[in-house]
Amino acid sequence: MLRYISKRLLYMLMSLFLIVTVTFFLMRAAPGGPFSSEKQVPPEIEKNLNEYYGLDRPWYIQYFDYLVSIAKWDFGPSFKYKGQTVNDLINEGFPVSFFLGMESLLIAISIGVLLGIIAALNHNKWQDYAAMVFAVLGISVPSFIMASILQYFLAIKLGWFPVARWESLQHTVLPALALAAMPMAFIARLTRSSMLEVLGNDYIRTAKAKGLSQGQITVKHAIRNAILPVVTYLGPLSAQILTGSFVIEKIFGIPGLGSHFVTSITNRDYTTIMGVTVFYSILLLLSVLLVDIAYGFIDPRIKLAGGKKGE
Amino acid sequence: MKKRLSVLFSLMLVLSLFLSACGGFQKGDESAGEKGKSGDKAANVPQELHINIKTEPFSLNPGLANDSVSSNVLNQTFEGLTRIKNGKPELAMAESYEVSKDLKTYTFKLRDAKWSNGDPVTAKDFEYAWKWALDPKNQSQYAYQLYYIKNGQAFNEGKAKAEDVGVKAIDDKTLQVTLENPTPYFLELTAFYTYFPVNSKIAQKNPKWYTNAGPDYTSNGPFKMVSWEHNNKIVLEKNENYWDAKNVKLTKIEMVMVNDTNTELSMFDNGELDWAGMPTGQLPPDSLPKLKEEGKLHVQPIAGVYWYKFNTEKPPLNNVNIRKALAYAIDRKAIVENVTKGEQIPAMAAVPPTMFPENKKGYFKDNDVKKAKEYLKKGLQELGLKDVKDLPPITLSFNTDDQHVKIAQAIQDMWKKNLGVEVKLENAEWAVYIDKLHSGDYQIGRMGWLGDFNDPINFLELFRDKKGGNNDTNWENPKYKQLLIDSQKEKDPEKRKEMLKQAEAILMDEMPIAPIYFYTNTWVQKDNLKGVEMSGLGDVQFKWAYFE
Repeated sequence: MLRYISKRLLYMLMSLFLIVTVTFFLMRAAPGGPFSSEKQVPPEIEKNLNEYYGLDRPWYIQYFDYLVSIAKWDFGPSFKYKGQTVNDLINEGFPVSFFLGMESLLIAISIGVLLGIIAALNHNKWQDYAAMVFAVLGISVPSFIMASILQYFLAIKLGWFPVARWESLQHTVLPALALAAMPMAFIARLTRSSMLEVLGNDYIRTAKAKGLSQGQITVKHAIRNAILPVVTYLGPLSAQILTGSFVIEKIFGIPGLGSHFVTSITNRDYTTIMGVTVFYSILLLLSVLLVDIAYGFIDPRIKLAGGKKGE
Repeated sequence: MKKRLSVLFSLMLVLSLFLSACGGFQKGDESAGEKGKSGDKAANVPQELHINIKTEPFSLNPGLANDSVSSNVLNQTFEGLTRIKNGKPELAMAESYEVSKDLKTYTFKLRDAKWSNGDPVTAKDFEYAWKWALDPKNQSQYAYQLYYIKNGQAFNEGKAKAEDVGVKAIDDKTLQVTLENPTPYFLELTAFYTYFPVNSKIAQKNPKWYTNAGPDYTSNGPFKMVSWEHNNKIVLEKNENYWDAKNVKLTKIEMVMVNDTNTELSMFDNGELDWAGMPTGQLPPDSLPKLKEEGKLHVQPIAGVYWYKFNTEKPPLNNVNIRKALAYAIDRKAIVENVTKGEQIPAMAAVPPTMFPENKKGYFKDNDVKKAKEYLKKGLQELGLKDVKDLPPITLSFNTDDQHVKIAQAIQDMWKKNLGVEVKLENAEWAVYIDKLHSGDYQIGRMGWLGDFNDPINFLELFRDKKGGNNDTNWENPKYKQLLIDSQKEKDPEKRKEMLKQAEAILMDEMPIAPIYFYTNTWVQKDNLKGVEMSGLGDVQFKWAYFE
């Protein structure tokens, strides 16, 4: 187990290095720079700026310096926000994005699983069709449209929630719902099909024959097995929610990290691009690793140290 | 058994992550009760303003700011020697001033004013702030706004010392400013944010004073900043130490950062904002016709122009007649009415009508197809081409944006229909586009220009020098250049205006640019909000604003 994890961590470092390198060179290859604007800065001032940010040095020195500072977890000053460092941006923005992500993950999983179970238990009845229509809608409506719909009905028409921003728990509901809609629908479909499969198994019939009630069978036997694919899906899902939060953060004016991920590229804010990319990469690599480990716990049939047994 | 444990384990993992995030979540209570506000009795209206400023400001140090977001905040919190009211500079921090005969030396007497922490505002604070912004080691991208001051440019380029810069505190209340050239619009400039003072006592002690709200962030304007949550919101409160505090009625301004036009309008509709749209935010372009129909839309022309630049070194645009043909064959009225829909003013001149009112008419007729055809014929002849079909397709470039695409398509269609000229459209992401334009890698390119201060020179000096930074057209004209240089020395405002008009006439005759329309600010606001001061430049000041 330990060997497996350390091996995975080593791979992670390698992929991280690759990501950093590719991002660095792609970023520099893009035309335009952090100081280009319609009101052109006089050349003398631009020279000063380039010196200050070290952009006048040869690329290999910049690249090397950059690797060193990443290793020290110091991403440097932001180009776009004077007086703030990229570390500040991450420290302030990430907790918000994380909270939003977790809230919508919770919504997606709880409601998604519930819908899936209801649909499976009432296979081919109206509940099943209703849940699946709901799921198809959730998958096919893009999150920014979902956001506008929620804003219009729940905020403006009904006045239950504020339209946007990030102040109190009440403010978090709409963005979390908008972000959760898609994964929720996906989870519902996933749960439904795996439930149907499980319900057809011999041991369920055995349980029925023993005289257990439908409720007991569902809770004790069916759900536990049916939930496995959902857990597998958690890794890619958390990645999806983290990167997908950008649109939602913009629409709801949420001061999270997702917005920096995209705006920093438009601004050619080199340090922020690199900092946020590195941070997200680590996060995604870790979440995939965590899910792999959790999967091994849940399903004993899967051996983590796969290398040993096969070859 | 094992299985159950593991499910439990995974659930706990998720839950613990969730809870740990909860701990770091800051709960704001102020705006929770926002919704009920509009229902309050008119007798006791809370003097609290809620606006949207779109994004985090670049910097709230007046010496570093170079963007409209920062300026919208700084204009409320700071005050320069002068302040613009009703389009004219009036004395603000300065109580009186004297100008020397050669118009090069200004001596300002400061009034008794205080910083928000009670420190007196001294001439030293101005000297410190201006020199700080000019100091090359501080990397101010707007330092060139101070190049009017003697040796300002030299100091900024490292060719002179700080002592040589023409700004000096004679005593606590007297500031002497020496200029490089006579600058007839200097009192307009002193209202601009790069010319704001900085509390030198604090800034010298704490060089990072401007990065957060707190005891070290002091300002001398009508409002003071009490909180600044980065990328989220800024809260201003009335500055009781402001010299003119009795005329400031708003007690609080909350500036939120929501960078989405539809959300901004929804928040306004829902009573979460008192103002939506320009200059601090923006309305979705599609909503304009409806808002106008409902009579809610406010429109004000501002000093800005949307134009197409011709690269005068790339054939066939090196030919003035071709350029003119293209410029004359644009139906600006149709574009303004059907595409932009913000009641913009068709532009047949370079300087906005807020500065030259007669420019509403302009130098030529809008959509003058007959003349355009004549110019085209002449131009083709000069190029040695028989027919317009021999003209290779012209590339029209713009940065990727809904509005720009629509305008470009409309104009492409007009040129094709009216002149038979083939046009290819090419769009690029903003930074890429800007790079292309500045390096001359284009034929026709879209650009907009907004005035920084209220003087036509803002728009005309762009084209003074071929390699002048923002020219991009590679066009230069000795007579034009001379007129602009001479205008700087002219003391009589009427004569000076005449010179600038002559220069503009040359520009409109040579057509290195084809103006399309003059910008307007469009916004919606609460009906009972009064006294908001909008300058011709499109800046907003809430100093005199109040709720009825």
